[in-house]
Amino acid sequence: MRTISFGQLWRRAVAVAALALGLACKREERRFNATSPSAPAYAAVTLDTLQPGVPSPELSVKSPSEGNAYDISQGKQLFEQWNCSGCHSHGGGGMGPPLMDNEWIYGSSPENIVATIVEGRPNGMPSFRNRITANQLWQLAAYVRSMSGLEAKAPSPGRDDDMQYKVDEQRTPIRTPRASSSRNVPAKSERP
Amino acid sequence: MTWAGSIFDTAGGPAERIARLTWFLIIVSVVTYLLLLVATGIAMRRARARRLREQLADTGPDTESRLTRNISIAAIATTLILLVYVTATARTGKAIAWPVNARQPLTIEVTGHQWWWQFRYRDSVPSNWLTTSNELHIPVGRPVRVILLSNDVIHSFWIPELHGKQDLIPGHRNTTWIQADRPGVWKARCAEFCGHQHAKMAFDVVAESPARFNQWYVSQLTSAQPPTDSSARRGHDVFMQRTCIMCHTISGTQAGSSVGPELTHIASRPSIAAGTLRNTRENLGRWILNPQLIKPGVRMPPNAFPPADMNALLDYLETLK
Repeated sequence: MRTISFGQLWRRAVAVAALALGLACKREERRFNATSPSAPAYAAVTLDTLQPGVPSPELSVKSPSEGNAYDISQGKQLFEQWNCSGCHSHGGGGMGPPLMDNEWIYGSSPENIVATIVEGRPNGMPSFRNRITANQLWQLAAYVRSMSGLEAKAPSPGRDDDMQYKVDEQRTPIRTPRASSSRNVPAKSERP
Repeated sequence: MTWAGSIFDTAGGPAERIARLTWFLIIVSVVTYLLLLVATGIAMRRARARRLREQLADTGPDTESRLTRNISIAAIATTLILLVYVTATARTGKAIAWPVNARQPLTIEVTGHQWWWQFRYRDSVPSNWLTTSNELHIPVGRPVRVILLSNDVIHSFWIPELHGKQDLIPGHRNTTWIQADRPGVWKARCAEFCGHQHAKMAFDVVAESPARFNQWYVSQLTSAQPPTDSSARRGHDVFMQRTCIMCHTISGTQAGSSVGPELTHIASRPSIAAGTLRNTRENLGRWILNPQLIKPGVRMPPNAFPPADMNALLDYLETLK
């Protein structure tokens, strides 16, 4: 049997650990100075597959912000700073439609959302043409998608700094305790 | 305009007391250290002499009592010196806690942003409230109450010539005060690591006579004048129709967003980008075209304006005196 000295074993262990660390540490990219696929991209966005004549080729625009935690959090910051919340209310909807449900009037792909922001939509959504750079548009779109779970969970912001809807326990009205048998459990027929 | 301030080159109030305390502590410490060296030297000489005596079997009976005496002296001396330190520090702390002559303080609200400073001068008349960015003017000889707020992360407010550091904490209101006893222009900077561009988060401090301060204040309160020549007018339109308007304010115009620094009087400031660049036309152009080359990670995006628009925009910004 070949014997391995302690020194050899130690060196091998360090090498394996270094390799594992090197593979595990994937640093997320922050593209501060990159240019993004821009203007013509959303000009070609369609909302429908129905087209006259021969179908136009698939759009080959890919959002650079998809799955990028930094970009999504930047998008979140811009969403608040530019007062998107004024109408969409942190995603819950108010004057504008909610963004955290699964209903998309003008499409849910990043290109569709960018097109909606740039062109504006009837009944209130203003057009932000020329006022937001391509990078920021993709960041905003990525954040909007993260609100309804279309982005991966890991890069999406996990916590809100805003006001929460839940009322503190000590501020809720006093309720008399009830026996466990009469606990407020919906009947089986009422459960979804 | 110097880049690195010195805490010993004091210009007033609290900084003076802090510098005095620092010198006092240094001197007491150095004297104590020298005395210790002397005592060690004496002890070493004595030990040698004692070893000689021991070889001659001449051990005195008083060794233990001498030891007790010496240790007691050392303990008492140490306690006394520490007491001097504590007393001096406490006295200084009390002296700089609040100005004695703060009858009519000027109140300034400082908000830290990643990575720039916003200053809001409070006044009993709301229309006299003044907001400026990255440039702090204070009158000489008048205490200034500084309220410290943060918009994002923890920053720290530090004008080395005027006072020690005080943190700006999100969701919390800190207060400190400064007073300049002589006119001067200093560079102050953020003293708490606050992210990518912490090193480029500075501001200019100008202490000037009350008359000149008032003159500056009145001029800053005026709204921007509509541009007269055609190029500046075009620049105005570029500003209002492109990315600039999303984040900046120019009072007297449509631009009123408070995401980025206020630009109503940008042409009168000595530096741009939170003390990063001198305020020249060339630097301003470089900055607007691609801030990410100068401060990577800064919140301002690159703006690929066509050259003609860019020139017009610079013409317009230069009218904002």
